[in-house]
Amino acid sequence: MNLKRFGVPAAIAVTAALALSSCASNEGGAAAPEESASTLAGNLVGAGASSQDAAQQSWIAGFQTANPDVTIDYDPSGSGAGRETFLSGASDFAGSDRAFKDEELAAGGFQKCAPDSTIVELPLYISPIAVIFNLEGVDSLDLDAATVAGIFAGKITKWNDPAIAATNPDATLPDLAITPVHRSDDSGTTENFTEYLGAAAADVWTWEADGVWPFEGGEAAQGTSGLVDAVTNGNGTIGYADASRAGDLGTVAIKVGDEFVPYSPEAAAAIVDASPFAEGRAEGDLAIEIDRTSEEAGVYPIVLVSYLIACGEYAESDNVELVKSYLSYLASPEGQETAATDAGSAPISDTLREKVTAAIDSIK
Amino acid sequence: MTLQTMNPAPETGTPIANSLTAGRLPTSAPWVILGTAIAVSASVFGVVAVGAGSGFDWGGALVVGAILYIPAIWLFSRLVEGARRATDRLVTALVTGAFLLAMIPLVSLSITVVTFGLARFDADFFSMSMRNVTGEGGGALHAIIGTLLMTGAAAIISIPIGLMTSIYLVEYGRGKLARGVTFLVDVMTGIPSIVAGLFAYSLFAIFWGPGTRTGIAGAVALALLMIPVVVRSSEEMLRLVPNELREAAYALGVPKWLTIVKVVLPTSIAGITTGIMLSIARVIGETAPLLIAAGFTASMNYNLFDGRMQSLPVFVYTQYANQGNPAEAFLDRAWAAALTLILIVMALNLIARLVARLFAPKLGR
Amino acid sequence: MTSAPAPIKAKLRVGDLVFSRSAVFAGSMILVTLAAVALFLIVQSIPALSATKEDASILETNFWEYVGPLVFGTVWAAALALLIALPISIGIALFISHYAPRRLASVLGYVVDLLAAVPSVVFGLWGIGVLAPAVVPVYTWLNENLGWIPLFSGTVSATGRTILTAALVLAVMVLPIMTAICREVFLQTPVLHEEAALALGATRWEMIRVAVLPFGRSGIISASVLGLGRALGETMAVAMVLSAAHVVTFDLLTSVNPTTIAANIALSFPEAYALNVNVLIATGLILFVVTFAVNAFARWIISRRKEFSGAN
Repeated sequence: MNLKRFGVPAAIAVTAALALSSCASNEGGAAAPEESASTLAGNLVGAGASSQDAAQQSWIAGFQTANPDVTIDYDPSGSGAGRETFLSGASDFAGSDRAFKDEELAAGGFQKCAPDSTIVELPLYISPIAVIFNLEGVDSLDLDAATVAGIFAGKITKWNDPAIAATNPDATLPDLAITPVHRSDDSGTTENFTEYLGAAAADVWTWEADGVWPFEGGEAAQGTSGLVDAVTNGNGTIGYADASRAGDLGTVAIKVGDEFVPYSPEAAAAIVDASPFAEGRAEGDLAIEIDRTSEEAGVYPIVLVSYLIACGEYAESDNVELVKSYLSYLASPEGQETAATDAGSAPISDTLREKVTAAIDSIK
Repeated sequence: MTLQTMNPAPETGTPIANSLTAGRLPTSAPWVILGTAIAVSASVFGVVAVGAGSGFDWGGALVVGAILYIPAIWLFSRLVEGARRATDRLVTALVTGAFLLAMIPLVSLSITVVTFGLARFDADFFSMSMRNVTGEGGGALHAIIGTLLMTGAAAIISIPIGLMTSIYLVEYGRGKLARGVTFLVDVMTGIPSIVAGLFAYSLFAIFWGPGTRTGIAGAVALALLMIPVVVRSSEEMLRLVPNELREAAYALGVPKWLTIVKVVLPTSIAGITTGIMLSIARVIGETAPLLIAAGFTASMNYNLFDGRMQSLPVFVYTQYANQGNPAEAFLDRAWAAALTLILIVMALNLIARLVARLFAPKLGR
Repeated sequence: MTSAPAPIKAKLRVGDLVFSRSAVFAGSMILVTLAAVALFLIVQSIPALSATKEDASILETNFWEYVGPLVFGTVWAAALALLIALPISIGIALFISHYAPRRLASVLGYVVDLLAAVPSVVFGLWGIGVLAPAVVPVYTWLNENLGWIPLFSGTVSATGRTILTAALVLAVMVLPIMTAICREVFLQTPVLHEEAALALGATRWEMIRVAVLPFGRSGIISASVLGLGRALGETMAVAMVLSAAHVVTFDLLTSVNPTTIAANIALSFPEAYALNVNVLIATGLILFVVTFAVNAFARWIISRRKEFSGAN
């Protein structure tokens, strides 16, 4: 009885004392790699898009391993919050699913940057958005933009609808209601997806591109994880999510030109190369206007381009070297490859890398 | 079984009708009726299952059986024992039913958390942070430390304020200020947790510049949420202390403050401790305010006043919401962290109960 | 020496003074804190109250039309949750305090308290992964057989993530805090009252009705208020479980459900910028006001039944 009475608190006290007095075993402190030629030290803070988070974690891990005296924190608080944080000068760089708008740039007021400094926006995280579905016995479907738009607009309500059957003669489509699932939160994924639907199927999808689902209807779920869960737990559900999270769910190949293109990192990188940069931007501001209706062979038009945003010229020069070398690491083939492994993103092409590197070099 | 304490067992074999036991259902009656109800429901479900060609639904059969039992016991008792006893039996069945009903989500939740949580409930999980970890491996030591420090700080801020406020309200409070405070505590229970986080974040941003995210800011946000719960529950417990005890103390010449410390508080200590533990449990699982006020980091941080601090709920949320590759590793970590959090609260609860038992006066009940 | 004995005066003790002053100080601290929070909310909200679609992109027309459905959803979800949780929590509390064997009772009480320890994120995960799929057949049955009741009409959600599921999760979340308070209050019922009732030949239920429940009434209301406060303000679990839309509907089983203010803040805040942030904080202010109104109502009920409080 006594043992029982005092044993538990005692055990907890011992555990707590152990935990509080010991360091995390993976944080060896000064035990740096042998050939640590790095002289970089300091603390960088970034905030923004949660879509980048998995990639950021792997970039941070890679960069911190090479530079043991550096600590980088990335807050996956959301694109909007990330841009606000960067604007207020609370972070050194931002991650955002969209570039700053022209009027926001004109308004200026970037606290971390030198007065009159431009900002640098780098499309370093490119990720295909997969249209995922959960339908027994069907692993992939070929659909054109109008059909996808019809399904999400609630106009095509059964899986055996002629519009779906027409492009999928071999699939056994059941007489089952389609439950389209969309994001309930404001998100860059939704904005890119609705932008695609609006551009590629303008007569079916009459809403403007927006981070918030534009009408009330269909099932809604929070975040990529919530959406994937909803699609997985339902029957006859369809949704859209970052391709790395498609898992075992069925995916849709999208009609581009005359062929159906399944999502792939290469096809996603290809559409970015086939798209023009936004006009009227400062040098180093690499905002891209994705050409959703491109008919080039082998491009996958539903992609999310997430930017890393930094100052063209920082007000204080303390962290400039750190920002530059971190961004350079992100743009390097090695950095892009790490993100591809850990987050399923599409590595940027060499042509884009050249422009990005030039932009990073211009930071002061 | 508990009915035995109330109803004397019928004396079997007595030829003369005993006025005390006549018109009573035998003690075994509820069990027989329950068994019959479940058997009836099971056979109906069985027929349906055979008819539809689907599997037998055990859960459904038990639930329907239990529901059938309630009118059945009432009916039998009404016929044999009369209206008053029938109502009594009906309420007993309903109360027990309510308890069993509440056990369903609890059991389901525990099973879910434990089965998923055990996958990563290993030594690494308690000795590593997430610094430089991608994919598999890593641990939540930084989050455990952060949770303990921030919740501890929140408790240090809010327990004295909350307890003293409730003492003020019950023992001293008269007039406008007391009514004002009662009113404001009510308002405070209505602070949405996310607003508390925003407030704490803005408050610290004013003094330490924008973007300041520290453990103490998180603690302040938690304290905001914790104080009203502490006040409300302790106020309720203090009010229950019979006035006779206070008057007896005053009559013996004990000063008011000593009466409160030595008589009122010890009498209500068990209830107050429960209230405080509930308030801690209420805030220790908060995600939204900590995400905003204390931020997010993958590294260890022991200093409440400098730098971002990770906590277990935020860890669970970020691991779930921002899964990388492979996704299972992230989910496993999330569930293991959830299990850890529940175990921490369990431990705190146990300690609090021991403390309460040590201080509580020996009562007859 | 013929002077009359001096009138007895209570001695002014230092301890008393310190103690009462610090109690007053603690009370005033709450005043100050709340003033600060209220000030913060109001200052941040003012620009949003008159905002239009041009200023803030999340508004359809103006702020009040934006917040209307949210207020409805908040109150509706919390009311449903309370409707489910209140009878059950009173039942559990009675079971633990008056029905279960004493030895078992403390263990059971502890087990229920444990539910309070489960973080809301975990409730969210459990709601999506376990509860929502499990209730789909029940919802389908309700819709097919009781569809003539407006509440159960409409097309049943294929994933079960409806407002009723969210209310169930909320109910489970508020159960522990409500049960704990009810239980403590029921346990404090004067034994003499209970024994007197039993001695007069009351059955156990009659004893509870005449002795325990009247004594515990203010505690039950307190418990409801705390539970309601939590249900109204719950953020993450609702955001994760509910299939949310910006509508007013009483349908319990469809995919299109009204959402709550707190969940909406959590969903929209990460991507909010410029005036949208103020709009969301202003909805927070409205939530504040709604909760307060509910609380004031409960206070008013309690104040009518003061005689059962031991300290009065």
